[in-house]
Amino acid sequence: MDVKDIIKPENMVYSKTPVLTSTTMHYCPGCSHGTVHKLIAEVIEEMGIQEKTIGVSPVGCAVFAYNYIDIDWQQAAHGRAPALATATKRLHPEKYVFTYQGDGDLASIGTAEIMHACNRGENIVVIFINNGIYGMTGGQMAPTTLIGMKTATSPYGRDAKLHGMPLKITNLIAQLEGTCYVTRQAVHNAAAARKTKRAIRKAFENSALGKGTSFVEVVSTCNSGWKLSPVAANEWMVENMFPEYPMGDLKDR
Amino acid sequence: MALRGAIVVDTEKCKGCSVCVVNCPTQTIALAREVNSKGYNYAYMASPESCTGCTNCATVCPDTCITVYRIKV
Amino acid sequence: MAEKILMKGNEAIAHAAIRCGCDGYFGYPITPQSEVMETLMEEQPWETTGMVVLQAESETSSINMLYGGASCGKKVMTSSSSPGLSLMCEGLSYLAGAELPCLVVNVVRGGPGLGTIQPGQGDYFQACKGGGHGDYRMIVLAPASAQEMYDFVDLSFELAFKYRNPAMILSDGVIGQMMEKVELRPMKPRWTNEEIIKNMPWATTGKTPDRKQNVITSLALDAAVHERLNHTLIAKYKQMEDEDVRFENVQCEDAEHVIVAYGCMARICESTIEMARKEGIKLGLLRPITLFPFPKKEINRLVPHLKSMMSVELSTGQMLEDVQLAVNGRIPVNFFGRLGGIVPSPEEVLEAFKNSINK
Repeated sequence: MDVKDIIKPENMVYSKTPVLTSTTMHYCPGCSHGTVHKLIAEVIEEMGIQEKTIGVSPVGCAVFAYNYIDIDWQQAAHGRAPALATATKRLHPEKYVFTYQGDGDLASIGTAEIMHACNRGENIVVIFINNGIYGMTGGQMAPTTLIGMKTATSPYGRDAKLHGMPLKITNLIAQLEGTCYVTRQAVHNAAAARKTKRAIRKAFENSALGKGTSFVEVVSTCNSGWKLSPVAANEWMVENMFPEYPMGDLKDR
Repeated sequence: MALRGAIVVDTEKCKGCSVCVVNCPTQTIALAREVNSKGYNYAYMASPESCTGCTNCATVCPDTCITVYRIKV
Repeated sequence: MAEKILMKGNEAIAHAAIRCGCDGYFGYPITPQSEVMETLMEEQPWETTGMVVLQAESETSSINMLYGGASCGKKVMTSSSSPGLSLMCEGLSYLAGAELPCLVVNVVRGGPGLGTIQPGQGDYFQACKGGGHGDYRMIVLAPASAQEMYDFVDLSFELAFKYRNPAMILSDGVIGQMMEKVELRPMKPRWTNEEIIKNMPWATTGKTPDRKQNVITSLALDAAVHERLNHTLIAKYKQMEDEDVRFENVQCEDAEHVIVAYGCMARICESTIEMARKEGIKLGLLRPITLFPFPKKEINRLVPHLKSMMSVELSTGQMLEDVQLAVNGRIPVNFFGRLGGIVPSPEEVLEAFKNSINK
């Protein structure tokens, strides 16, 4: 059988969701951001909530998330996305409101905002991309950088005495009464990406049920910052990041 | 009954990251020797006969440049 | 017969917010303005008008809640005092850059640093010259009574939405804490979501198939886009100067000397004018109501007939610089100010004025 006979509209089983724009992403080759953006867009399409979803983008590489997911967006100051989402959701309770934040944004400069939004149990979704590094500013140490990991501001490797220990902020978030669903996922292979998509869908469904804050951490790569190829970065992540940030639900109620 | 599949890669959007290549369970995909206008060796079906249309490649593609087709034979 | 109720200036802000159709208040306690949120929480407007009231974890957060709410085209506000405003400056810059309307009330206390909880006017530069980073301005209204505290809430929203720009009520501890009779204006309903979609087509109300996505951002990496954004902002500020300068002129028409004072100091200086007139000194008072846009055209108009001007402030001389710029060296511009929450008496101001013209 010829390939031409297979490539017919009626045989299509996977194509780009229309909620994703056709703009070429600015991310580096193999960057996890693109995969997570796609999963969010697919969930929005499948739930039929494009008109009801408002995203809040961070400062960091994902600042331009609004160029890729075709919904209304607010672009927040560094770390403040949960404050924007709080007001947006309270003033528009019928909307689906989510923040998309990196580890510098959420776990460093925005620690107060994320803790209190989660503690108040705002009915929002938080997508937390943890790649253990500041991508956009050129690979500096993040609060989630692993011990020994070399970055532009920890050139000899992260030293606990000098820099403190990696911050497992998701574990803290799970302790807060306001959160209903806290999970840690990844997108390095198809099975993981499908699980992450289910987690994102559950998080959006929770926000409509008024159960509190849903928090989805996606342990990710920054192959440029890590100075590895995309494939090697995924392998490095499984080997080094997963033991520190293990996969799975931390809370589901 | 077996599954036969095929993929179409948007070669201009592909950045040649290889994540699809290593995620393909049937080693269907490889990077082309040729490059696109941005200089990336884009992904293509190197062994079209082995594709099952499982969608793993498209699922992990960060740039959503793979469309998947599948038939039962 | 309109209802008049005795209340503090800070309480007037809260009642005005509920009655003018404000959608959301987000704040953090700080002296001397905590009565604003206390009054709102006591009134529970979410039960009546549906207005959201939320105590945030910090001023940083409350100003960013305004960013979120304003992005939705809602009428949102916060109130704070000087140190809190310093924390909000980041957010104010973003709000101005993203062209978002909102109201920020600053009941000023003495700085710098933790300073004093007593009244001050030392935040003039912060309010009128930006405060945060970048080339931006806010509409700044300076009330001199509890009634103006009330009335300027609605007026601020009107101007904020007219220009898609943050507006500030720059008050002080005296006006905030002082009790006066306040006439409550008729209730205005909150805008419906349909009205917001119609009148604020830029707002993040949910992308419908009939329009492109709305993105609220202040990011403009393209050089040409960034320059254009700034020119748009400057054009707005110019329009404010053309259309929305507000001031009060007290006995300036025959005056030989004019005191410039705003807020609580304008109240004091009004008495100074009366005392001076009784002594045969032709003294007038110019009270800027909008500190930005500043009434420089009015100063320009008055200067040819004047021998001197004096800026009187609870600071070391901040508005003074705007008066000097408007006067442009044509006549002497003097200054009198007190600090530490010491509010000078009318007699003290008169004495300072006499010294200034006799030196």
